[in-house]
Amino acid sequence: MGKSINVSLIGNPNTGKTSLFNRLTGLNQKVGNYPGITVEKKEGICKLDRSLKAHILDLPGTYSLNTSSLDESVVVETLLNKNSKDYPDVAVVVSDIENLKRNLLLFTQIKDLEIPTILVINMADRMQRKAISVDIDLMERELNTRVVLVSARKNIGVDDLKKAISDYKNLQSVPCVNASSIDPEYFATLKKAYPKQSIYKLWLVITQDVNFGKIDRNRDLEDLKSSSFAVKSESDLKKMQHKETVVRYQFINGLLTKVLNVDKSQAKDLRTRLDRVLLHKVWGYLIFFVILLLIFQAIYDWSTYPMDWIDTFFAKASSWAQTSLPEGPFTDLISEGIIPGLGGIVIFIPQIAFLFLFIAILEESGYMSRVVFLMDHIMKKFGLSGKSVVPLVSGTACAIPAVMATRNIEDWKERLITILVVPFTTCSARLPVYLIIIALVIPEQEVWWIFNMQGLTLMLLYMLGFGAAIFSAWVLNRVLPIKRKAFFVMEMPAYKLPMLKNVGITVLEKTKSFVLGAGKIIMAISVILWLLASHGIGEQFTNAEEIIKEQYAGKDLSEEELTNKIASQQLEHSFIGYIGKGIEPAVRPLGYDWKIGIAIVSSFAAREVFVGTLATIYSVGSDEEETIKNRMKAEVNPILGGPLFNFASGISLLLFYAFAMQCMSTLAIVKRETNSWKWPAIQFTAMTVIAYFAALAAYQILK
Amino acid sequence: MSDTIAHLKRGEQATIVSFNEEQVPLKLLEMGCLPGNIVKMMESAPFQDPIYLNINGTFLAIRRETAQQIKVKRHG
Repeated sequence: MGKSINVSLIGNPNTGKTSLFNRLTGLNQKVGNYPGITVEKKEGICKLDRSLKAHILDLPGTYSLNTSSLDESVVVETLLNKNSKDYPDVAVVVSDIENLKRNLLLFTQIKDLEIPTILVINMADRMQRKAISVDIDLMERELNTRVVLVSARKNIGVDDLKKAISDYKNLQSVPCVNASSIDPEYFATLKKAYPKQSIYKLWLVITQDVNFGKIDRNRDLEDLKSSSFAVKSESDLKKMQHKETVVRYQFINGLLTKVLNVDKSQAKDLRTRLDRVLLHKVWGYLIFFVILLLIFQAIYDWSTYPMDWIDTFFAKASSWAQTSLPEGPFTDLISEGIIPGLGGIVIFIPQIAFLFLFIAILEESGYMSRVVFLMDHIMKKFGLSGKSVVPLVSGTACAIPAVMATRNIEDWKERLITILVVPFTTCSARLPVYLIIIALVIPEQEVWWIFNMQGLTLMLLYMLGFGAAIFSAWVLNRVLPIKRKAFFVMEMPAYKLPMLKNVGITVLEKTKSFVLGAGKIIMAISVILWLLASHGIGEQFTNAEEIIKEQYAGKDLSEEELTNKIASQQLEHSFIGYIGKGIEPAVRPLGYDWKIGIAIVSSFAAREVFVGTLATIYSVGSDEEETIKNRMKAEVNPILGGPLFNFASGISLLLFYAFAMQCMSTLAIVKRETNSWKWPAIQFTAMTVIAYFAALAAYQILK
Repeated sequence: MSDTIAHLKRGEQATIVSFNEEQVPLKLLEMGCLPGNIVKMMESAPFQDPIYLNINGTFLAIRRETAQQIKVKRHG
């Protein structure tokens, strides 16, 4: 086996860093999480030559090493911790030719950490069109570093970069900007106290928490923060950071006047012309609205075909397992517990994949930033940020990636409110519940033109979800005692044609991690449910068969009817039956019986469990919608008589599912993103209370 | 009263003079919003908020509140 070295890819957002990562590693990559936090960790292997491999880490995009977000903090942590297994042997700083000046700020900071560094200038294919020329040799001498011109998009220069990396032993690791000039006295004493450390590293450790302080870390220099060097006040430290930035830009400006030459006589470019339309005060909003409509259409229409195939496939697999495996509890577990459970996850793959596809295209093309720009003023009124639009839109697929997408919101209050209200948006897990209940209680009636009552009800439920999110944001904004800084800085990237390879890899990776993450929980729940429903104690459960046979002795029941009666007798006296009876008093005022109660309780793990639970409880073996629907239709209210699922109880159920926080995975993500149990607890309680009273009011008024 | 970025009209250019350090996030400085650099107003959303700028070659959007903190000298 050859030797392996650690390479970190670092760069500003929108520099094509990920394209370069995909070029270097191909599909030879994996996406995980940094331990304890939800920041995505992308790693891959690149073969440099016969005896040398590079383990490449694609660090989150950052504008500087002065951290102000969780993503940026990961970058700093990796670069400061020499004992970390990810500590780079080589840092590859990716810059883009059109934003070289700003990109170099980060480069000078990394260089000052005395890490061997290569500077990649990406998007070199645009140089000719933009009439830009660079004196690479002079730049290498001035910066004391290797500079490589690359076009990740056109696959130019990637081999040169590989060569430069494998030559890592000859890379310089001397600083290029003398940051200590901002306060020579202070830095001199610092250097004296820690002579072995890079002076800039010490400075970063001291200032790390000034703009952002929310992460646990264990590092050799932790004592530094409590030492006498941290005596400077936060605002003094901030002033010094400002000065440092000015010093760095002075250096960069000096450098670029020597090495960079831009012919500015270019005509109006694509950006200006597209922005005129896409940011137009009327057309801009109209275009955004049409794009949203298209996305919803795609998610809910196009994905029905693959979803139907998946549904059929799992139904067949389940009955195959039942008939061809030897009879026994293990087979039951597989055919009634695990296979339907798996089906419940896999069925969402088409919708999730479509959603990730569209979001990836919107982000890659640069359009997403324009949406944020258009929406910021409106969202601000409700205590949100323009950047909250992305989570709110992606929340219609799943709240989990949506909560993670709040990370680039600078203001903590706006970010927190977004996280708290996102679960109100109608996620795909609510759909199966909505669809079956609407089919049961809303008449299939044309009301106006092409619209029918059922479709309109579904649309109203979506609007209700957004409405609830916006309204609760407005309330939270008034109630939460957190001061808003209202900082908002967003780069408006150049428009680009999305690269198939990048979009494809994103969709693949995100879908995979969704299925694996949510999958584990849904699997566990379905196994537990199955266990509770198929086991019980006492005469009524163990002798169910005899009791039913005796009860219906004189009546002429078919084999099938008898089996169903026995199954429901067993269920009623299984563990889950007793639990259901226990919670019945709480759900009766909402118009439900104990079986719906069980379905609701089990769907606190994940909403989509509702239909599956009812399917089991109403003793229907398969997941076929028609059958469950007919069963549900036939259910009789034990007290009032008449159908159990009527208009009143149906609306009550719809409202309950619209508002209730029934998703353990989302709560877990909220806990990780807010770093405390407090917020998920508040979110869970508030949403459940709202759901309960909305359902109660609806039933009591309509019944 | 001196001009701020919030006073600029679409397409207008100016040079950044100074700003209140407490009110302007470091991130904005890092993106090139520094005294002496040139700023061009690209577009603004309804209600002039947020504002889309080209500062020192970087295209970025900031809110009106922040723009009002950055004093500029108009060109021409």
